[in-house]
Amino acid sequence: MNLLNLTLHVWRQKSPNAEGRMETYPAKEIPESASFLEMLDIVNERLIEEGTEPIAFDSDCREGICGVCSLVINGIAHGPQRGTTACQLHMRHFKDGDEIYIEPWRSQPFPVVKDLISDRGALDRIMASGGFVSVRTGAAPDGNAIPIPKERSDLAMDAAQCIGCGACVAACKNASAMLFTAAKVSQLALLPQGKAEKDRRVLSMVRQMDKEGFGNCTNQYECEAVCPKEISASFISRMNRDYAVASVKETLGLL
Amino acid sequence: MSNNGSNGVLDSKIPSGSVDRKWEDYKAHINLINPANKRKYSIIIVGTGLAGGAAAATLAELGYHVKVFCYQDSPRRAHSIAAQGGINAAKNYQNDGDSVFRLFYDTVKGGDFRSREANVHRLSEVSAAIIDQCVAQGVPFAREYGGTLSNRSFGGAQVSRTFYARGQTGQQLMLGAYSAMMRQVGLGTVEMIPRTEMLEVVLVDGHAKGIITRDLATGEIQRHAADTVVLATGGYGNAYYLSTNAKGCNVTATYRAYKKGAFFANPCFTQIHPTCIPISGDYQSKLTLMSESLRNDGRVWVPKKVGETRAPGQIPEDERDYYLERKYPSYGNLAPRDISSRSAKEVCDEGRGVGPSGLGVYLDFEDAIQRLGETTIRERYGNLFDIYEKITGDNAYSVPMRIYPAVHYTMGGLWVDYNLMSNIPGLHVIGEANFSDHGANRLGASALMQGLADGYFVLPYTIGVYLADHGKEKVSTDHPEFEKAETETRDRIKKLLSINGSRTVDSFHRELGHLLWDYCGMSRNEKGLQTALEKLPALREEFWSNVRVLGENENLNQSLEKAGRVADFLEFGEIMCHDALDRKESCGAHFREESQTPEGEAQRIDDDYSYVSAWQYTGENSPPKLHKEPLEFDAVKPATRSYK
Repeated sequence: MNLLNLTLHVWRQKSPNAEGRMETYPAKEIPESASFLEMLDIVNERLIEEGTEPIAFDSDCREGICGVCSLVINGIAHGPQRGTTACQLHMRHFKDGDEIYIEPWRSQPFPVVKDLISDRGALDRIMASGGFVSVRTGAAPDGNAIPIPKERSDLAMDAAQCIGCGACVAACKNASAMLFTAAKVSQLALLPQGKAEKDRRVLSMVRQMDKEGFGNCTNQYECEAVCPKEISASFISRMNRDYAVASVKETLGLL
Repeated sequence: MSNNGSNGVLDSKIPSGSVDRKWEDYKAHINLINPANKRKYSIIIVGTGLAGGAAAATLAELGYHVKVFCYQDSPRRAHSIAAQGGINAAKNYQNDGDSVFRLFYDTVKGGDFRSREANVHRLSEVSAAIIDQCVAQGVPFAREYGGTLSNRSFGGAQVSRTFYARGQTGQQLMLGAYSAMMRQVGLGTVEMIPRTEMLEVVLVDGHAKGIITRDLATGEIQRHAADTVVLATGGYGNAYYLSTNAKGCNVTATYRAYKKGAFFANPCFTQIHPTCIPISGDYQSKLTLMSESLRNDGRVWVPKKVGETRAPGQIPEDERDYYLERKYPSYGNLAPRDISSRSAKEVCDEGRGVGPSGLGVYLDFEDAIQRLGETTIRERYGNLFDIYEKITGDNAYSVPMRIYPAVHYTMGGLWVDYNLMSNIPGLHVIGEANFSDHGANRLGASALMQGLADGYFVLPYTIGVYLADHGKEKVSTDHPEFEKAETETRDRIKKLLSINGSRTVDSFHRELGHLLWDYCGMSRNEKGLQTALEKLPALREEFWSNVRVLGENENLNQSLEKAGRVADFLEFGEIMCHDALDRKESCGAHFREESQTPEGEAQRIDDDYSYVSAWQYTGENSPPKLHKEPLEFDAVKPATRSYK
């Protein structure tokens, strides 16, 4: 098994209001078959043995679907491999002797909780403002009552794959959450079930997004480039059109 | 031992009447709570997976005041999100002969006749409504060109009844439940408290009336009171350290409830999934599942020779052992999960395993690629081959995959009656956290079905039965029982932080995992289980005298979080072993080496073991007490599962 000797530069910050700094740690004899987070586990075990508090970072499913891991690795959200969360990245993508910089998501609406962990509650609040179809349990018609063309359903699924990790925000110079919001708005707007609330939904979610302090989209496509689910930025244009239509209707008193 | 070992402690409250009428009759006769009165009742739900999220949304829609907790930073991250394959429902959209009865029968049989008929029938009855509900929420299920819903087949069934959304069915259903719940958060009827862990359940006059929690970001210990408590905290597969579960999955909520008197049912029933990516080193933090569907086209084999060193491509056909095809000619590579897993272990135990660790078998697509072409295989399994390559660096189109079984799902859980209430009044348990529907083995695509059934369509009815009778007895967090529970929680945290020994929490967890895997894993025997029961107390003692937890309580402290969970796993492991020791038969996922047929197949012993084991806590360092709920089968007749 090949072993790597690396140097890590890691953001350490004790609490939300404490001052943070980059600290340097050796990461010696790391098996290249380990995942990036397992590399951090190994470093943490050694830190604890030395009596240093381990590096705090979020992780849960470790298979790329829960969306909790959130590391900026060498300046790129989720690291160098495309279509991959940090937890799916493996050490064989690094070379012996590499210096690796690890930072948390950095954007104002995602305050740092500790070290590499940030608070993404703002995304949940955007969801609570309209990311749903208002249907009570038990009030649903038969699943096959409304046929949905396969292409449309597949496109909705492309958007629905969003794991809510926030990499799109972390990668954007404007800290925009447009890709996240557009993915949910588009998924539901594409389906007949979501049509009834289409206008209200887009207005409400975009307004909440603005209220949380996320910036606007200026077409840099950094979000699409780092999205672990490779969600297309074309959903943002789709949302912008929906938003424009809904705003006009609202102005005309048609909502 | 006999079937009528029940001592009257366990009342399953199964309604009378024929199995297909019980649920309808029950619903027609239960006490209801006036809509205007519902807002006077408060409900605590712990966990936001399929079961917890669905229950929170539905109960809030009904008008109850709901307070929900999860340890993750967002309720959308609960591990239901990782389920791949699909969800079963008796829709019969394929016109292939499916029905409520058939789904019920398949589930009871798949569970090796160790589940409750009445619960499983109810599950089958509500299964169709789940699909309707999810479609209405905007879940983008796979569809045909005509616009109708698509189905696929899954293990243990002869009909095509599985609904799916690519390989991310769990994610989509989970986000459906999450968005329904977030709608209620927006409406102010659900109070959502993330990054908070339940550390104690509070009983007042014997009823569950609240919980003690720790805010994982600030360390604040809080008291929460309600009229009833619902645990939707998932399974305990992480007792083994390595499993397909998320890193944070734990037994703490259900184990704390157990220590307060709730019975733990069938803890030894743990499902080992046959197709996972093998362990690559001792740094490994979790195991990744590869969908079972791969076995439709992949052939499983190992070299015939012990100690084979050649690369797989250089091993000639006549020196390969396609052991599943050899042993189970009629099912071949599609033999059920428990049987496939055990067979892989057998060949590896014989020294014929492959890969650096020797704990792996080949899953080979060469024949399928020759027969169907690489394009077809890529269409069918492309995303799985990609996942495999990300993790192992190997291209499975040119070299065979290596797979090995891994702990996946736990059929055991807190004992509940027909109302999904534990033996502690007011403590409800739903989803994987309870024991109720899967018996000794769960069929593929049934976990999602059960989680959502409990949350959307069962608990919202059954919880009213308790509230109508006992909801008026309000308690406040000033009650001395809250004071006591909070003090206990604080003392425990203080203790963990003050030991300052020399071993990390993870090192203990790994050692526990090895112990349970070796002695209470894919196959068990009396001697091994007794060895585990001797070793576990020593390990626990060492933990409490030599663990090193740095940092403080008043800050985000992941070592402290893990330490509390591992401390509970260390005690819980013993109950698993006691249960496995008591059950001297083999059934489903539980294989006792002493109970096998001359051909080496599992031997169920219905005369002696047709019961649910419910274990009661009796105090520190005192073995748990077994209660038995006899299982009665009226609608189906227990038969031997044969896959030869």
